[in-house]
Amino acid sequence: MNHILTCTDGSLYAPSIYEHTAWAASRQGAAVHVLHMLDPHRERAELSDFSGNLGLNTGDELLTELVNFEETKNRLARERGKAILEDARRRLEAAGVQRVTTEQLHGELVETVTAKEEDADLVVMGKRGETADLAKLHLGSNLERVIRASIRPVLVASRKFVPIERFLIAYDGGPSVEDAVQFVMASPFLKGLPCHLLRAGRIDSKAEWYLQEAAAKLRDAEFDVTATATAGDPAEVISEAVKKDGISLLVMGAYGHSRIRQLMVGSTTTEMMRTCHVPILMFR
Amino acid sequence: MIFKNFTKEWFSNVPKDLLAGIVVALALIPEAIAFSIIAGVDPKVGLYASFCIAVVSAFLGGRPGMISAATGAMALLMITLVREHGLQYLFAATLLTGFFQILAGWFKLGDALKFVSRSVMTGFVNALAILIFMAQLPEFRNTGWTMYAMVAGGLAIIYIVPRFTKAIPSPLICIVVLTAISLLTGMGLRTVGDMGELPSTLPVFLFPQIPWNWETLAIILPYAIPLTVVGLLESLMTATIVDDLTDTESNKNRECMGQGASNIVSGFFGGMAGCAMIGQTVINVKSGGRGRLSTFVAGAFLLVLIVVCGTWVKVIPMAALVAVMIMVSIGTFSWASLRDLRIHPKTSSLVMLTTVAVVVLTHNLAIGVGVGVLMSAISFARKAALLMRIGTAREEGSDERTYTVEGNLFFVSASAFARAFDFREVVQRVTIDVSRAHFWDISSIASLDKVVLKFRRDGTEVNVVGLNEASATLVERVAIHDKPGAAANLDLH
Repeated sequence: MNHILTCTDGSLYAPSIYEHTAWAASRQGAAVHVLHMLDPHRERAELSDFSGNLGLNTGDELLTELVNFEETKNRLARERGKAILEDARRRLEAAGVQRVTTEQLHGELVETVTAKEEDADLVVMGKRGETADLAKLHLGSNLERVIRASIRPVLVASRKFVPIERFLIAYDGGPSVEDAVQFVMASPFLKGLPCHLLRAGRIDSKAEWYLQEAAAKLRDAEFDVTATATAGDPAEVISEAVKKDGISLLVMGAYGHSRIRQLMVGSTTTEMMRTCHVPILMFR
Repeated sequence: MIFKNFTKEWFSNVPKDLLAGIVVALALIPEAIAFSIIAGVDPKVGLYASFCIAVVSAFLGGRPGMISAATGAMALLMITLVREHGLQYLFAATLLTGFFQILAGWFKLGDALKFVSRSVMTGFVNALAILIFMAQLPEFRNTGWTMYAMVAGGLAIIYIVPRFTKAIPSPLICIVVLTAISLLTGMGLRTVGDMGELPSTLPVFLFPQIPWNWETLAIILPYAIPLTVVGLLESLMTATIVDDLTDTESNKNRECMGQGASNIVSGFFGGMAGCAMIGQTVINVKSGGRGRLSTFVAGAFLLVLIVVCGTWVKVIPMAALVAVMIMVSIGTFSWASLRDLRIHPKTSSLVMLTTVAVVVLTHNLAIGVGVGVLMSAISFARKAALLMRIGTAREEGSDERTYTVEGNLFFVSASAFARAFDFREVVQRVTIDVSRAHFWDISSIASLDKVVLKFRRDGTEVNVVGLNEASATLVERVAIHDKPGAAANLDLH
C-alpha cells in the first residue's frame, strides 16, 4: 500500500480531490502520482463551414487551417495543465504528502488510468469534472467509465472534504463488496475507524447470516462494527443511514450490472453517487 | 469491440454532424445520378446504393466521419457488365464484391495499403479526378451554348457565393438557381427526370434474378475482382485522408469489412457497388462532420430528399449536376502534385504519371494502381541494391586478401556482388567478411556460392566470416559451397 494515483482536471472539485488524496496518503504513508490529461476531443469538430464546395487544394487548406487552430488552443491547454499540476503539488505538499510526482499526458483518461493503475493501490478522482453540469446532478463524464474499467479501488471525492471519522460498508453480498471487505481488513487505510455494515434491500435469514459472517470477520480484524439489516430500496436506505449516522465515507461495490441492464432499470451506484454527499470508495 | 466507443463515435458531435450530413447529401446526389447514367442503369439504382452504403457503413465502417456511397470509380467498372448481361448481374456482382471485401478485412488486407506508395496514391486521385471530369463530357454532346452557359454559371455560383456567405452550401444554391432558370425560361434543357426512373419508395429487399451457377460466377467474377480492389483502395485512401485531417485513427480492416457489408446490403436492395468518396468526405470534414452520425445523416437525408421531393428533383437540369461534379473533380485532383513534379524525384513523378496514364487509358483504377505499385517496387529494389559496398584490402607482402561486404544482398544486387571480386589475382587465402551484410534471398546465396566455388577451383582457400543469424540459416538451407561434395575439404572454408 504505498502508491496513490490521483486524477485531476483543475475543476471545482480539485481542492477536495487533493485533500482526499492527502488524507489517504497520510493513512498509509503513500507516494502520490498526480495525473492530468490533455484530451483534445478530436471526436468533436471545432471549425465548420457549410459552404459545401471543393476548390483547388481544399484538402490541404483544410489541414493547415485545422492544425493552426488546434495549435493555439492546445498550447493554452498545456500551459493551463502545467499550472493545475503545480497547484496540485503545492497543495499536497502543504498537506504533508512527502513524495509527490506529477505527469501530463495526451489521450483519454479511461485508457490512461487502466494503463497507469498497474502500480497504484488506489485511484482518486472527483465526482464531477469540468464538463459536468452541477445543477443537473450529472456525474463526471469519465467517472463511470473509469470505475467500470479500473481494477483498483477508486476513491470518488465529494465536493468538500470532511475529516473521515466513520465509514459505512454497503453490504450487498456481491463479489465486489467482498473485495471491499478484504481490502478494508488488509490495508492500513481505514484501521481504527468505526465501521457500519449495512445490508439493504430484501432481508431474509440468509442475507442476515451473510451480514453477520462479514461483521464477524471485520471484528476479528479489530474493527468496531455495527451491523444492521434494513428492508427497502437500497439507494434510499443507504443515503438515509449516511445522513443519520454521520457517515463520512461510503464503501461499496460498483456497477454490478451490465450497461444494458442499467439502461433499463437504472443503477444504484449512480444513484448513490448523486444523492450521498460523502466520498465513496468504489470496488468493481 | 464495436460498441466500445459507441456513444463517443455517434453522439459527441451531434449538431455539426447533422448539418454536415445534410451538406454532404447534396454532393452525393449528383454523383449517384450521374454515374448511374454512365453505368447504364436508372438513377434509382445509384440513389438506393448511396442510401444503403452510407447508412450501413455509418454503423459498420472503420472510419467515423468518412462518406461512402455509390461512386464514379466503381460505376466505370460496371459499364460492360450492365450492357452485356443486364441489371440483375450487376446486383450479383455487387454481392460478390461485398463478400470479397469482407474476406479482405478478415484476412487483414487493410494493412496491405502500406505497399501503395505516396506517388501511386497521388496518381490514383488525379486519375479519379480526370475520370470524373471526363464522365461529364457526354452531357455536352448535342447541346447548344445554353448548356455551356448554364454549367459555367453554376460553377460561378459554387465558387463565388461562399465569399459572401458560408451558411448555405453553394452547391445547393447552384442547383436551386439553375433549376429556377431552366423552369422559368423553358429552354428545354435535359433534366434528371429525362434520365430514367427515380426512387419513389424506400428500397425493398430483392434477390437478384439470375441462375445461381458457375456460368454466372464466370460472368461476374471478372467484374467483382476489380470492383473489390478499387473500392477498398479508394476507401482506405480516403480513410487515411480523414485520419490526417482529424488527427485520429481508423480501423482499416474493419473498414474493409464494413465496406463489404454495405455492398452486400446494397446488392440486395437494388443498388450497385460503391465505396468511400474522397471529395464528399473532404466536404464532410470541412463542414464539421466527425462522427458516424454524419455519414448516417448523409445517406438518410439523401433518400428522404429524393422520395419526398421527387417531383422537384425531376426538374433539376443536368447542367446543375454537371457543375457540381466538375467541382468534385476539381476538388479531388491534387493540384499540388503538378507543382511537385519538378521537386519530387524523377522516379516518383514517373510512377505517378504512369498510374494516371494507365487509368485514363483503361478506365480501370485497379490496373493503374497495379502498374504503379509494380513500378514503385522495382524502382525501390533498384535503389536498395545500390546500398551495397565491397571494400578490399591486402597487407603488403602477405598472401591473403580480405573482402568486406556491406549492405543488402538480394536478387538485384547479386550480380554486382559477384562481379566485385578479383579472380585474376593470385593469393593463397581469401576472407569474405559479411558481418555488415544481409543475404535476403536465394539469388544472393547463389552468387555467394558462385564466388566461393570459383575461388576454390583456383585453389584459393576461402573463408566466409560474420554471417548473421538469418543469413546463416539461409546459407545452411540452400547454399552448396558449404556442403560435402561441393569441395573435398570442408575446413578450407
